[in-house]
Amino acid sequence: MCLAIPMRVTRVQGDPDDFTSNQVATVDTDGISKEVRLDIVDQWPSVGDYVIIHAGFAIHSLVEEEALKNIALLRELSENTPEELLS
Amino acid sequence: MKHLDEYRAADLTKPLVEELKNAVSKPLRVMEVCGSHTMAIFRNGLRSVLPDGMELVSGPGCPVCVTSASHMDAFIAMADRPGVRVTIFGDLFRVPGTSASLAQASSRGAKIDIVYSPMDALDLAMRYPGELVVFLGVGFETTTPGIAATILAAYNRAIKNFVVFSTQKTMPAPMEALLSDPNLQIDGLLCPGHVSSIIGAGAWSPMAAKYHLACVVAGFETADLLKSLILLARQIGQNDIKVENAYPRAVSWEGNLRARKMVEEIFEPADMDWRGLGRIPASGLKIRPKYATFDAEVRLDITLPQAEEPKGCMCGYILKGMNNPRECPLFDTRCTPANPVGPCMVSSEGTCAAYHKYGRDI
Ligand code: SF4
Repeated sequence: MCLAIPMRVTRVQGDPDDFTSNQVATVDTDGISKEVRLDIVDQWPSVGDYVIIHAGFAIHSLVEEEALKNIALLRELSENTPEELLS
Repeated sequence: MKHLDEYRAADLTKPLVEELKNAVSKPLRVMEVCGSHTMAIFRNGLRSVLPDGMELVSGPGCPVCVTSASHMDAFIAMADRPGVRVTIFGDLFRVPGTSASLAQASSRGAKIDIVYSPMDALDLAMRYPGELVVFLGVGFETTTPGIAATILAAYNRAIKNFVVFSTQKTMPAPMEALLSDPNLQIDGLLCPGHVSSIIGAGAWSPMAAKYHLACVVAGFETADLLKSLILLARQIGQNDIKVENAYPRAVSWEGNLRARKMVEEIFEPADMDWRGLGRIPASGLKIRPKYATFDAEVRLDITLPQAEEPKGCMCGYILKGMNNPRECPLFDTRCTPANPVGPCMVSSEGTCAAYHKYGRDI
């Protein structure tokens, strides 16, 4: 129930400052597209961004670089491991 | 998301497993607060690669599991009322109350719909104007903002036949209740990733300071979890206790201010009943008087019934990290996912369900 799934944004509708407008994004994952609400997303997403979705609502948006940066940090952490421990 | 594969790649995780061994310098007990973490840890087989001296215990972060027996009974009684249609997240359907479950109420004619989002419940209210549609709000900070947004949408559209029964719970409060119990020895917390995306990593700071408790906000992939365990072990090894954010791609220090503003508009803090933990002051949220027409407890005049925990079920202790499911005499005998006795076996994030599904070799 708490699993929040990240999906790629393909379309954005509504006005971020107007809660009465229809704040909806179309998202896509593995070829399935659906609509999610943007009422409570932390940052208004653009097409191409990713959003983490919970129970039909986007709760967080992240750009591609953010995801890549995180991977780089993880690699750095593993590169600090002394060689002999890896064998 | 296409990057997920990279978080699971063996060339990334193998060195992290080695680094974790390296980082554990003394025995330590870590609690994973969140039910989704419990499941992810089992699914990835992380327990089998934990270094000697590191123990993981599950905490009270499965929303279905911590829903009290009295709330379950109130939900079922409400579903039995004529003119009421109850909408729920699917995990609640088979949780046993004192004498029945919502599933049994449904088979004897109660109107119960499983929805994916509270917005779907609002759509049902518009489709059935002659019925009162109740959404059962069960969850933590990740579900509350969406429920708040749905109530606001109902308010703006002047929809009169939609109400919410709020048993919404807030996160650091029960951890305080747990940590003040001297029987529970915990050195570090894997803090829930998506709850923290709303409340912010900074929300854990007071606890880290007060209980001298290492806190790391963790994501859900193998590499995320390993990295978080490494950071916890290092904090404890070097006695450098603080809050670290190991999930920066989803969590900021301040959290999601937009979502919090929405919650603040609709809800106010309230005392809340937790299974196993009892009533904890200001650990839940109820609907503000301004929006009372959307409050099921007000509209249907509900008083919580006295209810008993299922006989022999140890969920209450399992939620506190005091026992593991194998110590329950009913585990995998009288209690199985097909025939659950308690909520920890029903919920897809429940610790008993996790042990049943993945725990054979551990
Ligand atoms: S195994 Fe079943 S009866 Fe035992 S604690 Fe878990 S849910 Fe309760």
